[in-house]
Amino acid sequence: MKHLVSVEDLTRADIERICDRAASFSEVADREIKKVPALRGRTVLNLFYEASTRTRSSFELAAKRLSADVVNFSASGSSVEKGESLKDTVLTLGAHKPDAIVIRTPWAGAAELVAGWTPASIINAGDGKREHPTQALLDVHTLRQRLGGLDGLNIWIVGDVLHSRVARSDIMAFQKMGARVTLAGPPTLIPRGIEAMGCEVRYTLDDLGQADVVYALRMQNERMDESWIPSIREYAHWYQVNGRRLGPKQVLMHPGPVNRGVELSAEVVDSPQAVITAQVAAGVVVRMAVLYEVLAHVPSATRTPEGVPA
Amino acid sequence: MAAPLLVHNSAPAVDVLIREAHVLDPRAGIDEARDVLVRGGEIAEIGPAGGIAAPEGAEVVEAQGRHLFPAFVDPHVHLRTPGQEHKEDLETGTRSGAAGGFCALLAMPNTDPVLDSAPLLRSVRDAAARDARIPVGFLPAVTRGMNGGELTEMAELREEGAAGFTDDGRPVVSAGMLRKALQYQRLCGGVIALHEEDPTLSGRGAMHEGDVSAQLGVTGIPSISESTMVARDALIAEYEAGRIHVQHLSARESVQALADAKARGVPITGEASPHHLCLTHEAVRTLDTRMKMNPPLRTEDDRQALIEGLKSGVIDCIATDHAPHARDEKEVPFEQAPMGTTGLETSFAAIYTNLVLPGVLTLELLVRRLSDGAALFALPTPRIAPGEPANLTLVDLDREWVVGDGGYESRSANCCFDGRTLHGKVLLTIAAGTLAFRARQLEVVR
Repeated sequence: MKHLVSVEDLTRADIERICDRAASFSEVADREIKKVPALRGRTVLNLFYEASTRTRSSFELAAKRLSADVVNFSASGSSVEKGESLKDTVLTLGAHKPDAIVIRTPWAGAAELVAGWTPASIINAGDGKREHPTQALLDVHTLRQRLGGLDGLNIWIVGDVLHSRVARSDIMAFQKMGARVTLAGPPTLIPRGIEAMGCEVRYTLDDLGQADVVYALRMQNERMDESWIPSIREYAHWYQVNGRRLGPKQVLMHPGPVNRGVELSAEVVDSPQAVITAQVAAGVVVRMAVLYEVLAHVPSATRTPEGVPA
Repeated sequence: MAAPLLVHNSAPAVDVLIREAHVLDPRAGIDEARDVLVRGGEIAEIGPAGGIAAPEGAEVVEAQGRHLFPAFVDPHVHLRTPGQEHKEDLETGTRSGAAGGFCALLAMPNTDPVLDSAPLLRSVRDAAARDARIPVGFLPAVTRGMNGGELTEMAELREEGAAGFTDDGRPVVSAGMLRKALQYQRLCGGVIALHEEDPTLSGRGAMHEGDVSAQLGVTGIPSISESTMVARDALIAEYEAGRIHVQHLSARESVQALADAKARGVPITGEASPHHLCLTHEAVRTLDTRMKMNPPLRTEDDRQALIEGLKSGVIDCIATDHAPHARDEKEVPFEQAPMGTTGLETSFAAIYTNLVLPGVLTLELLVRRLSDGAALFALPTPRIAPGEPANLTLVDLDREWVVGDGGYESRSANCCFDGRTLHGKVLLTIAAGTLAFRARQLEVVR
């Protein structure tokens, strides 16, 4: 696999292979020296057009544990603020011959576009509201670790589906792994036509008891500004996953960061059903597996400069 | 005395004998192989195939197996002059039109500055008299700066040759403003052409709202953003007995609203673009910025409604909404890209390939609808008849070509049909009696 831009491009076998390799990497995190030489001499460029702490640091840690060199580029305070286009930024940074570019932008399809401008492998770390494929892979990995597999599971994704790239990647990944997906949230935040992806849509949590897994999405305060919901208070009343709604056998997931008291009550965040910190831990090993997948089997793009002995 | 609606550069009038072409002019009732002789830029004689002897000094075009149509008229193009000449100018835009078989174009006012005053109109018309290969008319803005706040000096603009008015690129959001414009229309005339969009519904949308946008996570533009405004504006036009023209229809509900208004006797007309007639939102799946236009490509059901409307006459004409953008402007992520596709060079071939060859539309209807826009704006309708000015286009229906191979006559390459193989290539265009375009491959005897 040269790039990872969309879950749509992955087969079930691809997802399983990446998750199996992630499982084998998780042993590295328990070593005294948390590093393997798999990608020594390779360069990974983190190109982030949006603020991100978790995803960026998770990719950085993953690359470093594989002994790759890491360069971080964030749009704020950079040439981007001077008006440089995405293409010129990629061409400029590409002159440093990175082997992989991890890219996050607020624009759907940007990862594919960039793949056409550089020989580096492209890993989509979020393109607008479209996709976040490594989040979906770490979510699948977390569920496989917890439940053995996803075949036949009922997974409910709850909240602001309209603005969620996590939801779109998860719908495809969960379905490819054999699960049934139900979306639940305020009608203003469920995109028209989303049923075409093969999922059910509900506007209340009345039947949440059917779910084996409840995946709550982050409710962003700025959604209030455009009247997507009347108030956070009303949202929490109808859609908060709390002790009253969550059963003891249900698994609770969340992509983070959590708004305690909004989409999740404090009691469920701290409950044994929650696998939210396991998701964060899975983030590093799954991203190690993804970097390994796109880089380990291809020769380095780094050329020996002319006149310098190899 | 008002200025003429169309202007173009002065080129020598042609003397040419087009021999044995299949002449098709539905309005003139011709549909057979004929010789057509043009002398001094006028159609001098139409005779039996092979029956006219070439007069001294006339060029002869052997056109057996090719089709000769009345040239096309496009009431909706963006020529980007003044201010955006990096996208297009009057010379490249009219060259592009000539290469697509057009003999007249109407240019939209969303330039920089906006075409909203008589001095500006005079200056672009002067420029057209120097640069335009085919006749061009201009539709100045309805409101100053296209800001929707105050009317332009419509009466003075009409005297200076305004072919109508539009804020195209933007809707006239305020119902009250449209009403005033239609009241004022009683003084000065001039069709008001409307880009129908309710910005509170379209918001920051970048494509049609439906299952494709849901999966892509791209904000959608719902059909009701257009249809509610068509219905509203038809009611305002009905109340004021005002003459409006609905631009680039895209949704089934809008076609229905137009049909309802026509049935009530409202003086309203409408147009559809080649891209809305040939493509759907499925083409947007790859997030190719050439597929980003406003209104957006919609569903197969919407496309079928446009085709039905074009057949029944509810939709009066085809208009390209030719909207050139520079490469760097379109070479960005989909959501950042400007809206618009070029269309002048591909309009005939795209519809011929996608709708005529499969038997959905007749060639006769296509030829008609490609010039039916003229009469809506009081422009002369091209006719193949003795004594008429020569407005002709010669087309090889059998020729296959790949769009974009060998470049474009337009300054811009953002064509939604780029890379597709189409049938039907324009070989020669004569506009207002002058030679406007000739394909390099065309063989000319003598």
